[in-house]
Amino acid sequence: MRYLPLTPDDREDMLRRIGVDHIDALFADVPADKLLQAPPDLPRRKSELEVERALSRMAARNVAACSVPFFVGAGAYKHHVPASVDHLIQRSEFLTSYTPYQPEISQGTLQMLFEFQTQVANLTGMEVANASMYDGSTGCGEATLMAHRITRRRRAVLSGGLHPHYAEVVRTQSAMTGDEVVSLPPDVRAQEDIAAHIDDDVSCVIVQSPDVFGNLRDLAPIAKACHAKGALLIAVFTEAVSLGLVEPPGAMGADIVVGEGQSIGNALNFGGPHVGLFATRQKFVRQMPGRLAGQTVDAEGRRGFVLTLSTREQHIRREKATSNICTNSGLCALAFSIHMTLLGQTGLRKLARVNHANAVKLADMLADAGVEVLNETFFNEFTVRVKGDAASLVERMAQAGVLGGVPVSRLLPGAGLDDLLLVASTEVNTNEDRAALVAALTQ
Amino acid sequence: MLNNQGRPTGAGAVAENAHARETFTRNRGLAMEEPLIFEVGRLDSTGVDIDEPEPFTQRLGKHARTAPIDLPGLSEPETMRHYVRLSQKNYAIDLGLYPLGSCTMKHNPRLNERMARLPGFGDIHPLQPVSTAQGALELMDTLAGWLMELTGASAVAMSPKAGAHGEACGMMAIKAAIEARGEGAQRRIVLVPESAHGTNPATAALIGYEVRAIPAREDGTVSVDAVRAALGPEVAALMLTNPNTCGLFEPEVVAIADAVHAAGAFFYCDGANFNAIVGKVRPMDLGVDAMHINLHKTFSTPHGGGGPGAGPVVLSPALAPFAPAPFVRRDGSAFTLVESAAGGQAFGRMTAFHGQMGMFVRAMSYMLSHGADGMRQASEDAVLNANYVRVCLSDVMSAPFGERPCMHEALFDDTWLKGSGVTTLDFAKAMIDEGYHPMTMYFPLVVHGAMLIEPTESESRASLDLFIMTLRDLAFSVQRGDVERFSGAPYHAPRRRLDETRAARQPVLRWTKPPPADGSRIAAE
Repeated sequence: MRYLPLTPDDREDMLRRIGVDHIDALFADVPADKLLQAPPDLPRRKSELEVERALSRMAARNVAACSVPFFVGAGAYKHHVPASVDHLIQRSEFLTSYTPYQPEISQGTLQMLFEFQTQVANLTGMEVANASMYDGSTGCGEATLMAHRITRRRRAVLSGGLHPHYAEVVRTQSAMTGDEVVSLPPDVRAQEDIAAHIDDDVSCVIVQSPDVFGNLRDLAPIAKACHAKGALLIAVFTEAVSLGLVEPPGAMGADIVVGEGQSIGNALNFGGPHVGLFATRQKFVRQMPGRLAGQTVDAEGRRGFVLTLSTREQHIRREKATSNICTNSGLCALAFSIHMTLLGQTGLRKLARVNHANAVKLADMLADAGVEVLNETFFNEFTVRVKGDAASLVERMAQAGVLGGVPVSRLLPGAGLDDLLLVASTEVNTNEDRAALVAALTQ
Repeated sequence: MLNNQGRPTGAGAVAENAHARETFTRNRGLAMEEPLIFEVGRLDSTGVDIDEPEPFTQRLGKHARTAPIDLPGLSEPETMRHYVRLSQKNYAIDLGLYPLGSCTMKHNPRLNERMARLPGFGDIHPLQPVSTAQGALELMDTLAGWLMELTGASAVAMSPKAGAHGEACGMMAIKAAIEARGEGAQRRIVLVPESAHGTNPATAALIGYEVRAIPAREDGTVSVDAVRAALGPEVAALMLTNPNTCGLFEPEVVAIADAVHAAGAFFYCDGANFNAIVGKVRPMDLGVDAMHINLHKTFSTPHGGGGPGAGPVVLSPALAPFAPAPFVRRDGSAFTLVESAAGGQAFGRMTAFHGQMGMFVRAMSYMLSHGADGMRQASEDAVLNANYVRVCLSDVMSAPFGERPCMHEALFDDTWLKGSGVTTLDFAKAMIDEGYHPMTMYFPLVVHGAMLIEPTESESRASLDLFIMTLRDLAFSVQRGDVERFSGAPYHAPRRRLDETRAARQPVLRWTKPPPADGSRIAAE
């Protein structure tokens, strides 16, 4: 077996050195009647070539985003990732290292995380960010718990523009602890009056912008309403590129910002792994979940970085920890950070402008073709009303070789929004792609 | 300095303290000092070529960004150099033996990386029509099938993003099952042995359970009597790691499972150490109700400096109906995806989308490569290597449980260091100077000054022998009273010991622009 260096002779020698005559003597604590006498009923080992054939056959049954006009978003976005990003994250020293618990030989990862935290804080307009969460949705769940700890209240109010999967993660977790969740109905046109739901028992309000329907939301008055009642505003975004062009939540008074960072540096990966961005105010840092890299000095006085404030974490605090989280999304955070370094604010602004321009162009083309675009404002994704059932339309478009968007009914089944379609357009779309979508949509 | 035989290193041999002489650049040969991107990047620089779009009317309303972004950029060559230099400050499996007990730092095959990057896996969207992602669902279904066969389970929830997330998923399924039979208010306690990973009590608390600790026995295992004594009508579940964190297979696990079930509770198994028993014994045959599997440990998906992981949870028939959305259904040769928890008994949703697909592909690639025979051999080799290390060090270091064989990791304590002036931490740091990543230290908590060594199956005999000789050499230094080798270690790493107290007392968690007077190279915006 190509991954196993021991030879049969090695094994025999080593058993002798250990002083047993059979490997199963080392499994003596396993009840004899439970110890399998033969390998399980699964295929035998395969060569590299055979594995490649088997998996390539499965991969070929999927339609890759790069192969068709592609407009699918709703929480994960197809962007161009520079070649250097994927090369660098495959450096052995990043790819095959563990959590940087031994800082003297982990400065690469630790400095990268410190840079990542700074990038996320600046991007979101917040004071401090952690070293990443699993993804945006689980970050949203953690933010809710953090707000409950800070306010010592147990009711969260969820905007009707919050991604339905994110809302479901919060509801699932809250149901376990008996925390209260008020979920506002789907709010396609960003018309809800969420401030009306804030009272002295509300711990936090969770609002997404751009929301799941693509609308941009003014967070400032919501933040004000929250703070007047001692509640916190949790601001969510699923498209990190938007922050190159859109006012960041930190500038509008958000207390905790949770975002999906996949758009920058990371592939779609059928939904994972992605990378959760998590930022807050300095005063809340000790209630924050997840890892934090911090600056310090070594015994010779040189600057260095360590994981810090770990007394919040499970391996120290056990059942009193701020979270049970034990990993971050390290390599995806690295990809995010490298891509962000390549972009810089100059590149990010341009990338965001191209995204917005492409979406505006598409919205105009669709409107010209008689398709109703529901959004007044949007960044690179918006909602259209189609004739009939959007899910079947998407299926027909797929047969015609266009991946044309996400039917709202897929995210909100039974909500009576079957004729709505979410359409995202990023820098990858060409004029031909847009023409193909308009044609497929209006056929 | 001098080489390790104490001889001068040849012509122009340097003075003893030469390593301390500062260079102009503060680099030391290939060991480069690398500034932060914020110190070298420029706000008007970028490493990507993007054309400004043609003029258009923006649709941002009043939401255009007015706040500064304040993120410098670097050209591509500068970016490459920055990150390559950073990478060189990291230890890695590909550099050397990485004996972190409980973390399973085994070889990460590059075939897996190539497979995960096939456009048909890496470049597909979780919400594109399922008719255009049949191969992805086939892969998930196939992987689920292999996990069920290897564990004896009847269902698996694929979506958890990491081990601790899998724990939460399994415990939520247990809570849902208990509530479904109307005992939710009554069963408020989860039993967790003292030797457990910190995630176990944290998970139980996260979903609203009270944690009751089970003491460990002298021999590092959990006794069925201690479990029985703690069981009662108020207990919802036992969370037990098996093989446990001391590197031992729990000899009374079947009796423990029976006792838990007899008391109406569920048996959650922490599967962090499943890699020791793949193909040797099926956890569900031992009476387990739910167990997460760390694909990044047992099935070789890369640790990536701390994630991403993946933590599918296998479930017993009693818990299967409560598995969260989404799940894949096979209908002949076609696959469907059930994305809504509504209507059934599913307890909800753990995350957006369907789980760590990128990790599923890598794990599948590992499993296909090894096959049933290779996976069993991998477990046997992992156990063999750990026992070899244990036996070859037992005369110089102290093992808390005597000569008892271990599973995939060998545990030592600090009894042998007593009175030497060397601590477990010092010993670990001295390993760094020898080119090794330290073993897991001070865990499990039930063993004083614990050193948990997991060599994995990826090490050759020669590699193990050199590692053993190195640790023996260090042990002899302890015996000789050469405390200096340890107390200041590491001497040769990119950094000496770091001041963690200062980091925690005066947290600096981000870069901030220094006042302009100090000669900062950052241009004003």
